[in-house]
Amino acid sequence: MPIDFIAIMPEIVLTVTALLVLAADLALRGDAKQLVNPLATFGTLIAIGFTVFLWGDERTTFGTMFVVDAYAVVFKLVFLVALLAILGISWRFFAEGRYFQGEYYFLLLTSFIGMVLMPSARDLLLLFVALETVSIPAFVMAGLRKRDLYSSEAALKFFIIGVLSVALMLFGMSMVYGFTGTTDLVGIAEAIRAGDADVPLLLGSVMLVIVGFGFKVSAVPFHFWAPDTYAGSPMPVAAMLAVASKAAGFAGLIAIAFVAFEPLAEVWAPVLGVIAILTMTLGNLIALQQRDLIRLLAYSSVAQAGYMLVPFGLARSGSDAIAVNDAAVQAVLFYLAAYAVMNIGAFGVAIAVNRRTGLRSIADYAGLSARSPLLALALTVFLLSLGGAPPTVGLWAKFAILEAITVDVTAFGVVLGSFVVINSVIAFFYYLKVVKTLWMDEAREGLPTLQPGFNLSAVVVVLMVGTVVLGVLPGLITDFTSITSVLATG
Amino acid sequence: MSPLGPLLLATLLFCVGIYGVIARRNAVLVLMSVELMLNAVNINLVAFSNLLFPEDAAVSGQIFALFIIGVAAAEVGVGLAIVFNMFRNRASVNVDDVDLMRW
Repeated sequence: MPIDFIAIMPEIVLTVTALLVLAADLALRGDAKQLVNPLATFGTLIAIGFTVFLWGDERTTFGTMFVVDAYAVVFKLVFLVALLAILGISWRFFAEGRYFQGEYYFLLLTSFIGMVLMPSARDLLLLFVALETVSIPAFVMAGLRKRDLYSSEAALKFFIIGVLSVALMLFGMSMVYGFTGTTDLVGIAEAIRAGDADVPLLLGSVMLVIVGFGFKVSAVPFHFWAPDTYAGSPMPVAAMLAVASKAAGFAGLIAIAFVAFEPLAEVWAPVLGVIAILTMTLGNLIALQQRDLIRLLAYSSVAQAGYMLVPFGLARSGSDAIAVNDAAVQAVLFYLAAYAVMNIGAFGVAIAVNRRTGLRSIADYAGLSARSPLLALALTVFLLSLGGAPPTVGLWAKFAILEAITVDVTAFGVVLGSFVVINSVIAFFYYLKVVKTLWMDEAREGLPTLQPGFNLSAVVVVLMVGTVVLGVLPGLITDFTSITSVLATG
Repeated sequence: MSPLGPLLLATLLFCVGIYGVIARRNAVLVLMSVELMLNAVNINLVAFSNLLFPEDAAVSGQIFALFIIGVAAAEVGVGLAIVFNMFRNRASVNVDDVDLMRW
């Protein structure tokens, strides 16, 4: 059967760019090596062009393994824009430090190839390959500072947890294959609907697969690797892990949960709902006592994963549940897009402040408003948005989740919604504590002047403006997310 | 032939692998335990494909197993590099020594 090359064009472009970057790194010497960054940016822009071109199309290739529809295109655009932003905040960080630039950009692009594959994957095999394409370069990137004990510790912890979770997930997938006789997600759903659904062994296997993705999105109780890995890795890598790698985990979880295991939603939805409650509450409570900004952002990203898991708790099976499930998927997608904007921005400011000095205790941010009003304002906007204050996009992201709850009100949905609201209040405490340090406290003497560089400043400003503009006009995203539907039946 | 035998073998191997990952202190042995877990999955897939779905022309179970073998090789390559790097930094491959960061 012929392959539809137009459908996989973004992936092809990224692959070619990754190889070109690797070759350019070999050919260039000394300071010229930093030219690989604009090369990677250029490739990403072309990939974005091809993805936009696919908008409105419905394409299927590689049998039924690879599907391009509105849902996949929106997800791919989120990933590719995140890649652009991460390239922007990486440039100076890697050009100034004694890092392996060519290798870093190659690994970054490779990891993103896996991510753009993920929302299109409609087969267990492709999901697994995409997940590993995301993870394996990320293990190396976490340990990129080879002489740094923290970096190698981050890599080791990330690696062991990563392979353990993949092994659990694969065992679950093999059992699901044994029950259904197919690895196609739609086929699995049909086989489960036709067969004897509540076999305990099948339910256990479904849980194993979901737990595997739970590690990837750092849901409690599978979150403990995340803060250590984020704190130890180079900071742009931490930004990539906290945003893009987590979004890839959610893309896989959506495909698994809402397409393949949709007939079993009555079993996994309450489990994921309880995990969501635990994740946001514990993430927020531990974030309260962090003194290091990166660890605070790490625990806040655990809590954010909890908010994004809430819509999974609402899922229902059966043909009358399409409205609920669609609303749930759209809420997750919108939240991910908003979360990418604000979290990459926050990491970008942290890179601008810490790149030279390595200081990143929250106390070191005292008086940032005097040292660099722009960065202080940007960090304030991002933190308020992560908390969900108007007029930022964070407010609408939380609103989208609460809106998904109201589609079909249940007691469990109300419990989930009240936990979202309570946790938003807790989260404001630590976000506002940082904001207070930025604006009210005096800076220490003798701190160096900040030189964020043009690229990083541009990315931070664009993301800050984006946070506010999307807060005023959330329709810029929701117009696209609201017509997406991932469901096999829809 | 019933798939029960291969399934029991695979489950046993998988549990040995989990025990190894949790209980072993030597990072290289942790990697070997992960290999055990992945190969347990391969046994499962090949056995199901052969015994339960022999008429499946796409042999998706066995193809899946091939992919797992390939990815596992890449994973262990990266894992050994990480462990080797840790050994160069600390002269130890004991995973309990990796405790700079807590909470």
